[in-house]
Amino acid sequence: MSLLRVQGLTKKFGGLNAVEDLSFDIQTGSVHSIIGPNGAGKTTLLNLLTGVYQPSSGKIAFEEHDLTGRAPHEYASHGIARTFQNLQVFFNMSALENVMVGRYMHERCGLASTLLRGPGLKRAEKTCRDEAAELLRYVGLQDYLSSASDSMPYGALKRLEIARALATKPKMMLLDEPAAGLNPTEALELENLIGRLTERGVTVVLVEHNMRLVMGVSDHILVLDYGRKLAEGPAQSVRNDPKVIEAYLGSSVPHDGSFGKDIAAAVTIGVEMRR
Amino acid sequence: MSAQFMQYLLTGLTVGAIYALLALGFSIIFNASHVINFAQGEFVMIGGMAAVSLTAAGLPYLLAVPLAIAAAALVGLALEKFAVEPARGASVVTLIIITIGASIFLRGLAMLVWDKNLHPLKPFTGDTPIAIGGATILPQSLWVLGVTLAIVLALSWFFGRTLLGKAMLATSHNRLAAELVGINVRMVLFLSFGLSAALGAIAGILIAPITLTSYDVGVMLGLKGFAAAILGGLGSGMGAVVGGLVLGIAETMSAGYLSSAYKDAIAFVIILAVLFFMPSGLFGKRGGERV
Amino acid sequence: MLQRLASPRTGGLLALAAAIVLLPFLLSNSYFYDIAILVGLNAIVCVGLNLLIGYAGQISLGHAGFFGLGAYGSAILASRYGWPPLAAMLTTTLAVAALAFLVGRPILRLKGHYLAMATLGLGIIIFMVITTEDKFTGGPDGLSVVPFSIGEYTLRGERLWYWIVGALLLFAVWLALNLIESPAGRALRALHSSEVGAEVVGIDAARQKVMVFVISAVFASVAGSLAAHYSGFVTPGKVAFFHSIELVTMVVFGGMASTFGAVVGAAVLTTLPQLLTVFKDYEMMVFGAVMMGTMIFLPRGVVPSLGRLLELRRQGAASRSDPRT
Repeated sequence: MSLLRVQGLTKKFGGLNAVEDLSFDIQTGSVHSIIGPNGAGKTTLLNLLTGVYQPSSGKIAFEEHDLTGRAPHEYASHGIARTFQNLQVFFNMSALENVMVGRYMHERCGLASTLLRGPGLKRAEKTCRDEAAELLRYVGLQDYLSSASDSMPYGALKRLEIARALATKPKMMLLDEPAAGLNPTEALELENLIGRLTERGVTVVLVEHNMRLVMGVSDHILVLDYGRKLAEGPAQSVRNDPKVIEAYLGSSVPHDGSFGKDIAAAVTIGVEMRR
Repeated sequence: MSAQFMQYLLTGLTVGAIYALLALGFSIIFNASHVINFAQGEFVMIGGMAAVSLTAAGLPYLLAVPLAIAAAALVGLALEKFAVEPARGASVVTLIIITIGASIFLRGLAMLVWDKNLHPLKPFTGDTPIAIGGATILPQSLWVLGVTLAIVLALSWFFGRTLLGKAMLATSHNRLAAELVGINVRMVLFLSFGLSAALGAIAGILIAPITLTSYDVGVMLGLKGFAAAILGGLGSGMGAVVGGLVLGIAETMSAGYLSSAYKDAIAFVIILAVLFFMPSGLFGKRGGERV
Repeated sequence: MLQRLASPRTGGLLALAAAIVLLPFLLSNSYFYDIAILVGLNAIVCVGLNLLIGYAGQISLGHAGFFGLGAYGSAILASRYGWPPLAAMLTTTLAVAALAFLVGRPILRLKGHYLAMATLGLGIIIFMVITTEDKFTGGPDGLSVVPFSIGEYTLRGERLWYWIVGALLLFAVWLALNLIESPAGRALRALHSSEVGAEVVGIDAARQKVMVFVISAVFASVAGSLAAHYSGFVTPGKVAFFHSIELVTMVVFGGMASTFGAVVGAAVLTTLPQLLTVFKDYEMMVFGAVMMGTMIFLPRGVVPSLGRLLELRRQGAASRSDPRT
């Protein structure tokens, strides 16, 4: 059974189709990458898949529930979590509190009990704090347990968003360019973290430009270009697809196999050229 | 079209033109600085009161009016320099309180410089009503409409054709980019306050012969001007003009046909009703936030 | 145990309680009691308003409207229709909560200056209804209000009111602190920082905003009801736009997102006009200048600015005694 099913998804901004008639499935337990040149509609797609944008047409179903037109918090309550390319950390709170907010859906209680601070609430707060700290350690932020989030380095903030998303106990997590701005060591640690996410049973959807990371972790790749599906399939077949090479390099490449062998490297160069 | 309707329409247009001038002032400052200047109404008061004093002192209109406008513009520049500029980067609420503090200060000052009484200003060209289609209109109303039209045309020329105007527009779209291409953003900010204050003063001088003027005339006018700017969509010049006219006409019509007791409330009922359905006003920028 | 006493929560509540208990030793006559009661009532409004503005980051320039509805609702029901004051107050509070709930959703969809405009408009509409419907409200002249009584017992005298208002303020602060340190309170601070970030972890931002809007309206309404019974009179002045601005200024002056700051702000800005009367004709100018000056020089408000100063000094002392540095 597919976890997420997208059918004929379209998003128009004015006259522009940022995402156009897109259909695909995401299987449980896989790492599903979405790649494509800048402006291909990747982030727009992620925003559609989390309810941040409403589609112009098409359907989004998660575990057979039709979520089309629902608000972002409803997507979250069905078990879809995400991180952001432009960080959306709560900078007015500590790192720990950021993760505690992530547990909101599992913590919330009635207004009366909140205002009068019943004994149940005190216990729940303790648990919440402990579990949030555990998640910070899990993503490798044990050094920031008592830090204010606005004093943390960029790479740590990216992990903080992952910890916060994990705190919602998601079935699927969407990562929007998690490796952007990370140095090679940090990127390697991230690759490791993504691997551990899948072991936890979280299905990962990855939007990423770092081809080494994409090729290293992905089971399945969806290639977008100008909002349309260019190619889709197992990582191995996508990496040898001439259409993909052409979209990335911007010119027709003779497909004799000699060039297609290490597309990952070529693609990386291509990405750099188009940036 | 009945004569009564026509009458309300003409009155509404006159009031609306004044609101439009105020709304333009709000928009110009908002575009340059993202500040809502709650002291905008005080410029109206300063313009009107200064004109009253200067004409009473024996100055002819041709001298008194430019002087009154200049006085208000100076106050506007001082406001930017001493209250807004030092608070750059403060939150929306903080800036609202600062400009409201400034408006209270200016009202207190006006009370000292002048007094608490209502003052008339002689109409520019007599007060014999002119008949139009069964209704009548005061010559002063024609002045209001004519000058407002001239100002709207002048502003669209200024923002569309002159380098300074384009620099101000550029600053409103992207402050950083404007700074990078060499626009003196601080100067733009400074000038926007002067320009808005001048517009407010013109409105105050135009309306004084019809409604009288006093030290606290700016309170309600300022709020209505803000409502008009929001109704049209903050930052949109066309929106400000349309918003002002719509508010003026709606207010006069409902005062005439429904109840004059709630005349001042109408503007706010309309603004709430519009914002419930169009959260960015009639011509405001729409679209989701980028994440 | 000592550590708990030193926490901002318990320590702050104790300090506030101590201030309330000790203040009467300084209050030499009923005039000072009167001002202290006004401070307490304004502080209750500000503690609620701070939840909305300081924590959830939503502006309201119309809260004098809710204060006024509380005052006039109690006045009309208790004085014109002879309801028991307690019943009048509870009914009024429920009605105000219902109104805030109804208008909250469409209004709180708005952001920034549009939200400022809508709340300002709401406040002005309430003001105009109160001044115009003089059959019920007495119009601009106002309305006299019966004293607060429960059964046969009537609450009279500044001293008694002082203790009642003081206790209620303590209760209001305790409620606010409880809310802030709960999942719901964290949700409010989260959506203040990033609404989309809050939404994607499952927070229904619209619902949370409406909830805190209703709570802040209820605080204002209760304070309004009490103020009406205490002073025995209501006038539209306390419903006017300017009173809304005063309330917001108290919150921002004390320090946004600081419950004790809201109390400090209310105390300072309620007593300030009493002090400024010495300036006579210059009073208005000085008040305007004070508003501008504090916002320019202390944009974060008094309490957080002081807190930051203390923190810096503490860190300075710590680093001096730390042998590694």
